[in-house]
Amino acid sequence: MALPEGWEMVVGLEVHTELRTATKMFCGCANVFGAEANTNVCPVCLGLPGSLPVLNERAVSMAMAIGMALHATIAPSTFHRKNYFYPDMPKDFQISQYDLPINSGGYLDLPDGSRVRIERAHLEEDTGKSTHLGVSGRIHGADRSLVDYNRSGVPLVEIVSGPDIRSAAQARLYASELRAVLIATGASDGRMEEGSMRIDANVSVRRSGEPFGTRCEIKNLNSLRSLHRAIEFEAQRQVKLIESGGVVRQETRHWDETVGATSTMRVKEEAEDYRYFREPDLVDLAPSAAWQQRVADALGPMPAERRAAVVALLGEVSDAQRDAIDVVIDLGLERFVHATHAAGGDVAVALARVANELAAAGDVSKLTEDAFVATVAMEAGGQLSATQAKTILADLLASGGEPRAVAAARGFEQLSADSLGGIVSALIDANPDEWSRFRDGDDKLAQFFIGLVMRETKGRANGKAVIAELHARR
Amino acid sequence: MNATTMAERVRRGEIAATALAEESLRAIRARNEELNVFLHVDEDGALATAARVDDAVARGEDPGRLAGVPIALKDNLCQVGIPTTCSSRILEGWRPPYSATVVERLLDAGAVPMGKTNLDEFAMGSSTETSAFGPTRNPLDPSRVPGGSSGGSAAAVAAAMTPLALGSDTGGSIRQPAALCGIVGVKPTYGLVSRYGLIAFASSLDQIGPFATDVADAALLLEVIAGHDPMDSTSLPEPAPSLVAHLGDGVAGRRIGLVRELLDGADEAIVASVRRAASVLEAAGATVVELSIPELHLGLSAYYLIAPAEASSNLARYDGVRYGLRINDEDVTAMNEATRTAGFGAEVKRRIMLGTYALSAGYYDAYYGQALKVRTQMRDAFRRAYRDVDMLLGATTPSVAFTFGSKTNDPMAMYLSDVFTIPTNLAGEAALSVPFGRGEADLPTGVQLLGPGRSEARLLAAAKVLEDAERG
Amino acid sequence: MSGLTRAEVAHVAKLARLRLSDEELDLFTVQLARILDHAADMQSLDLTGVVATAHPYDLINVVREDVVRPSLDRDAVLAAAPDAEDGCFAVPRIMGEES
Ligand SMILES: [Zn+2]
Repeated sequence: MALPEGWEMVVGLEVHTELRTATKMFCGCANVFGAEANTNVCPVCLGLPGSLPVLNERAVSMAMAIGMALHATIAPSTFHRKNYFYPDMPKDFQISQYDLPINSGGYLDLPDGSRVRIERAHLEEDTGKSTHLGVSGRIHGADRSLVDYNRSGVPLVEIVSGPDIRSAAQARLYASELRAVLIATGASDGRMEEGSMRIDANVSVRRSGEPFGTRCEIKNLNSLRSLHRAIEFEAQRQVKLIESGGVVRQETRHWDETVGATSTMRVKEEAEDYRYFREPDLVDLAPSAAWQQRVADALGPMPAERRAAVVALLGEVSDAQRDAIDVVIDLGLERFVHATHAAGGDVAVALARVANELAAAGDVSKLTEDAFVATVAMEAGGQLSATQAKTILADLLASGGEPRAVAAARGFEQLSADSLGGIVSALIDANPDEWSRFRDGDDKLAQFFIGLVMRETKGRANGKAVIAELHARR
Repeated sequence: MNATTMAERVRRGEIAATALAEESLRAIRARNEELNVFLHVDEDGALATAARVDDAVARGEDPGRLAGVPIALKDNLCQVGIPTTCSSRILEGWRPPYSATVVERLLDAGAVPMGKTNLDEFAMGSSTETSAFGPTRNPLDPSRVPGGSSGGSAAAVAAAMTPLALGSDTGGSIRQPAALCGIVGVKPTYGLVSRYGLIAFASSLDQIGPFATDVADAALLLEVIAGHDPMDSTSLPEPAPSLVAHLGDGVAGRRIGLVRELLDGADEAIVASVRRAASVLEAAGATVVELSIPELHLGLSAYYLIAPAEASSNLARYDGVRYGLRINDEDVTAMNEATRTAGFGAEVKRRIMLGTYALSAGYYDAYYGQALKVRTQMRDAFRRAYRDVDMLLGATTPSVAFTFGSKTNDPMAMYLSDVFTIPTNLAGEAALSVPFGRGEADLPTGVQLLGPGRSEARLLAAAKVLEDAERG
Repeated sequence: MSGLTRAEVAHVAKLARLRLSDEELDLFTVQLARILDHAADMQSLDLTGVVATAHPYDLINVVREDVVRPSLDRDAVLAAAPDAEDGCFAVPRIMGEES
C-alpha cells in the first residue's frame, strides 16, 4: 500500500547480527543457541565481582569481514561502556563501540539496483534473556521474570544504514541482501527465527522535497515479513497523524505482529542517559595490515557476484528460478550447479535439485559433486523420472555412494521405450476427447497425459520421454 | 623472623608450615577482637594449605618461594569459597566461585592465606572507617586509624599477625596505611600485577601490591604475584621483573628529585623525615635535587572525578539480581533501588552519585573529559621529570595516623590525606612507602619513593638503603 | 561554584538507582557541590588540544583465541542467587522494556 500522493517515507535500519564464534565475546563460554538455561556462564559473562573481559580474536576478524563485504573503512577503534540498569545485563552496562567503531562508511548494493549507505558496523556484546511469568488473576506485583545468561556476552555486530531507504519493500530487500552478505562472510547464520539477526527500524515521513521528519524507532523486528509490515504501518500512521493536524513524537515503538500495529514503548524524554565512557578494562583495537589481509584473503565472493555467476549459466531466469538461486547462494551450495555445467549437464534441473532436495537435507557432506552430476544427467537424459532422481539423491545424501548403483539397488529399471510407447497408446485410446484437444494444439493436456502415465507406471516414467511420445503421435 | 627467612627455613625442613600457621592464628586470636583486622579467618583452609606445604617438603619437593608463609588478603580479593565482602553489606555472605590470579600465584608459591582483612567499603576511604563491619584500629595506637583503604592488611602485618599481606592501591590505599602503620607498602606499575579477581573500584587506577615488615619481603612478594596474566587485558606483556636480586644495588650514581609539592602541607616532623632521607641517600652516593612539579596539585581534582566515574559503573552490578543482598520490592527497578539503598554505605553512595553526575549528559566534558586531559598532563609532567632524575622523593602522607572521627564529617578533608599518593595512580607509575623516622606521638612516618613505570627494582633498592640506615 | 541543584542530585540518584531521604538529598547536594568546586581549579585550565588519557598504557590488540573453556556449574551459580527458579535467576516483574 503506497503512501498518499506527495508523501515519502525515510527509513534507516539497525541490524544486529550474532557472530558465529565458538566462544563469547569476552570469555571462553560456548556461544551456542538452545542450551539449557545458565549452563554457558562464567565469572565474566555473569559480571561477577572481580572478573575482567578479554576480547575474542575471531569476533574481531568476523567484524572486519563484515566491514570489508560492505566496502567500509576499517579503522583503529575503542570500546565504551553503555550504562543502564537491566536484569538481562549482568554488569548493568553493555560493552559496545561508540565514537570510534571498527567499521565506518560503506554501502550495500541491492538487487533492484539501488544503493544503501552503511554508516557503521561496530562490535558489542549481547544481553541475556528474560522470560516473563505473567500470572493473571494474581495480586499486583506477584508475577516474576526468569533470567538466563547463556546469551550474555555473545558477540554482536550492529550494522547501521544511512537514512536511504524509501519503501517497506526496499527495507525488506536491504535486510534480505544484508542477510545473504552476512551469511556469505561466514560471520552469521542469519537465523532470524533464532534471534541471531534482529532489526530495529527508524521510520519518518515527509512531503517530497522537505527536510526529514521526526523519526520513530521500531524495536526488535524478527522476520522480514514483520519488518515490511511494521514499516508500512508506521509510515501510514505518521502520515495520517500529520494530515489530521497531529505531530509525530520521537519515541521507541513496539511492533505487535498479531495485531499488526506499532505502539509506544517509551518516549524520548524518558530515554536513558547512557553515560558512555571508555571501557577501562579493555585496550584499543588497531588491527594490523597483516591481520586485515588474512581476513580479506579468506573472504569469498559476495552473493551478488555469485548469483550473477549462476544466472549466467542459465541465460533467461524465471522468478521461481531466482528464488531458487537465492536459496542456493544462502546455503553456499552453488558448486553443485557449477559442476553440472562444467560436465555439460542440464543446469536448470541441477538448480531445482539443489534448491529443493539438497537444501532440505541440511548436511550434504556425503554427496560428491560427481555423484550429483551423474544423477542429474540420468534424469535429464530420461533414464530416471524426477521422482526416482529425488529418491536417489535422498539416498546419496543419507549414505553416499554412486547413483547407478543406488538406482540398480532400488530396482529403478528404465522403462523401455517400447513399453512406454505401449502405455501411451493405450491411454490415448482410453481418453479420446482429451487426445483430440491435445492434437488441436491445447498443450496443457500434455500434463494430463503425463499424470496418467505416472499413475500407470508408479512414477517410473520420465516426463520428457512421455511428452516426446505424445508429440510423435500428434 | 621475616617472610624471606620463614620460607627458606620451611623449604629446608627446619620449621613446619603448620607451626607458622598456628602461630599466626594465635596472634590473630590475641588481638583481632580489639583491632578488627580480619573479617574472616580461614582457620581450616590455612591449616590444610600449610599441611600440604609440609607434605611437599617431606616428599622432597620444592613448595615454592613463599613456602609456609602466612599471608593476609584484603577482602576485595576473590578466593574460591571464602566469604568476600569488600566490607559492604551488599556482598555479605557471597562466596566467589573462582580465585583471583594473585591468589592462585600465592598458592602456587606455597604461601598460606589466613583470611580476609577489613577495608573501607569498596576501598573508598582512607581510614577503614567506611567499612560496614566497623573500623580497624591501628596496632601501634588503637585510638588511631590504620589508614585505608587497605587498613586491615596493613594492621595485620603491623600487629605481626602475618608477615605479609596484599592490598590494593587506587589513590594511595597501600602506601598511606603502610606509612601510618610503620611498614613497607608498594603500589606497582599499572599492569604489573593482574587485576583478575580484584573487585574493581576504579579500573584504570586499581593495582594490587604487597605489605611487608621489610623491603626484602615486599620485593619477594611482588615478584611472586607480578607478571603477565592473559585474564587481564591491561596486564603488561612481560614476565615478573627481577627484584630480590637487585635489592643490594644501592643508589650510587642515581639522581633523585625531592619534590616540593610532595611536602606541601605536611607535618613538620614528616618534612624532617623526608629531608633526612634525602641526606641518607646522598651519603649513599645519590645526587638529590630539589624540584617542582606544579601539575601534581591538580591530581586530587582529577582523581575525585575519574575514580568515582569508573566506580559508578563498576558498582552498578550490585543490583540484587545475581548475588549478594536483595531487598524485595514490587518490580525489578524498585528492587534494585531498595537493595542498593540498603546495601551501600554513605561514602559509597556519595561517590556513585558524584561519578554518575560527572558522566551524565551535559556534564561529561566539563568534568570527566577535563579530568582525563589533566591526567594526560600529569603523566607528561612525570615523564618530563624522569628525563632528569631516576626517581622522586617525597612524603607519603601529610600527617601520621589520625584519631577516629577526626575527618569523617568532611569528605574533602579525608580526600586530602591522599594528596601525595594520588598522582602516581593517575600516571600509572610505580611508588612505594618505606617507614623512616617518627612524628607526632612518636608514630612512624613514611617516606615515598616514586619512579616511572617498571622502576620497582630501582625504588626497592633505594628503600633498602633507607631501611638499612634506619635499622643501623 | 558548580551550581549543583537539589533537583539534579535527585535525578542523578534515580540514574544510579539509589533512594535518598530528604536529609541525604540536602547533605549530598552540599557535599557534592564542595567536591565539584574543588574541581573548579581544573576547569579553569585551557586544555584544548590535550589528548584525554583513559588508559595509563598504550597497549593495543590484546585478544584471546576463540577456544572454549569450561563454564561454571549451574547449581553453584544459582546457589549464590537471592532467588532462583527453573535453572534461572528469578526477579520481580520487569516493567516497560521488551523482554
Ligand atoms: Zn562466560
